[in-house]
Amino acid sequence: MKESLTATGGSPGGLTIAVPRGALLGDTLDLLDRLGIDTAEVRSNDRKLLFEDVGIVTMRPSDVSTYVEHGAADIGITGKDVLLEAPDRNVYELLDLGFGRCEMVVAARAGDDVLGESLRRLGRVRVATKYPLIAARHFSETGRQAEIVTVKGSVELAPLTGLVDGIVDLTATGKTLAENGLEAIEQIVTCTARLVANPVAHKLKAREIDSLVERVRASA
Amino acid sequence: MIHPIPPGTRDVLPDEMRELRAIKDSLRATFEAAGYGEVWTPALEYEEVLRIGDENAASAGYRMFDEQGRVLALRSDMTIPIARMVATRFGDEGPLRLSYFGQAYRSVEHTSGQQREFLQGGIELIGVPGAAAEAEVIALTLAGLDAAGLARHRVGVGDGAMYRTLLHALEVPRESRGPLLSCLARRDLVTLEARVTALGLARDARDILVGLPELRGGPEVLERANGPAGDAVQGLRVLYAALEEKGVANRVILDLGLVRELSYYTGAVYEVYDPAVGFTLGGGGRYDDLIGRFGAPRPACGLTLDLQRVHVAQAAEERLR
Repeated sequence: MKESLTATGGSPGGLTIAVPRGALLGDTLDLLDRLGIDTAEVRSNDRKLLFEDVGIVTMRPSDVSTYVEHGAADIGITGKDVLLEAPDRNVYELLDLGFGRCEMVVAARAGDDVLGESLRRLGRVRVATKYPLIAARHFSETGRQAEIVTVKGSVELAPLTGLVDGIVDLTATGKTLAENGLEAIEQIVTCTARLVANPVAHKLKAREIDSLVERVRASA
Repeated sequence: MIHPIPPGTRDVLPDEMRELRAIKDSLRATFEAAGYGEVWTPALEYEEVLRIGDENAASAGYRMFDEQGRVLALRSDMTIPIARMVATRFGDEGPLRLSYFGQAYRSVEHTSGQQREFLQGGIELIGVPGAAAEAEVIALTLAGLDAAGLARHRVGVGDGAMYRTLLHALEVPRESRGPLLSCLARRDLVTLEARVTALGLARDARDILVGLPELRGGPEVLERANGPAGDAVQGLRVLYAALEEKGVANRVILDLGLVRELSYYTGAVYEVYDPAVGFTLGGGGRYDDLIGRFGAPRPACGLTLDLQRVHVAQAAEERLR
């Protein structure tokens, strides 16, 4: 709830909105358009991050919950994967927006059973991921010992070079997996875009947030 | 030479200390004038004694052994130590009004920007049941923050037992209640809605369970809660009337979805907000069973503030002037 933003204009409801760049950006801006928020400048300028006139700040999806938790944005849009990977973030999860549908999966080299083999002979699987918490929880809940290797870049590379037996990653179409000779072998959870709110803004700007939530529901 | 201190702790230098001290002095003077005498309890307690108050020892994050091998814990809140002190040091005389200032400790994620040592200040009103006592504590906290230089702060008021009561009244199967309460505590309203819908209840029961956590605002909130929810908000109705009598109702946000994470609250719960800070400035509630767990049952309620966050709000307020 940074006042410098809301005092100089902000979105129609006076809210500061954290908008994720990347795969969720297009659908998010379409949604904001339907709510009557002018996103033309955001669309035309992919280097600028702060759009004070319309109360929009843009950032990586994984930063949205951080900005919203600290109140630097009142509300935000991010993937369920981000929320699951950082469960201690104190934000309200208000709405499932439905778009940005992806599967969090375990994937391994197509054709041979590397994971099963590794588990049977070595007593554990090695898995690379950008989602260490989700991966660790999935293997723990399914009663398998796993060594989780956290990587930041293209996860698909890890099993191809022998770094790990398999990966845990988000996939929308499975295309990137297939192009790298990998296949999804277990579904962990379906992730869609969520509307989140700062807990203090949720009380002090209740009317603005409720009106926005109602309009999102109506536009769905 | 740079010698590190643990993340989430801090050195306070004279400029900051002067301002922090001024805030503390304003609060202390307000509390003292209302008859709330200041007390001091140790930062270190026996862990097993804290566990009497809360089974997680109020999530104490730091433990150590003393010379005899007994487990000590750094307190993570002030209310349990004060409940212990009241049961130990005081008889059954009339109402007790106490205030305190002191450091408490919680373990935090290293990179989250949260404090692991934080300065708390607050009040406890012991031996008085009912809404008038709660209104007194809320009004005094608001007044203390006025004196400290805040202007736009509000207190959110809810009933920590309400949703549980409602699940019972609407005959939600026992095994489904825990997961629903846990969604509410995690503020995950998406999963809450999905789980409630999956129960296959009658339309209005479903609407109450899904819609109630989002009801917050002025007294109109109480009007909008009807049927079984209307019975469940009866306690809040009485509290709101007491707050009106104190002349502070316009600075209170009724919040039917409010829950506090500590297990010792038995009824009304409170949170303090300021638009300049994204986190709550403090919180509290009624804890009628807690002192009894230490062997001397007395109703009580209290409210605590995080003074460093109050300082952030006060500094922001000064910039606006």
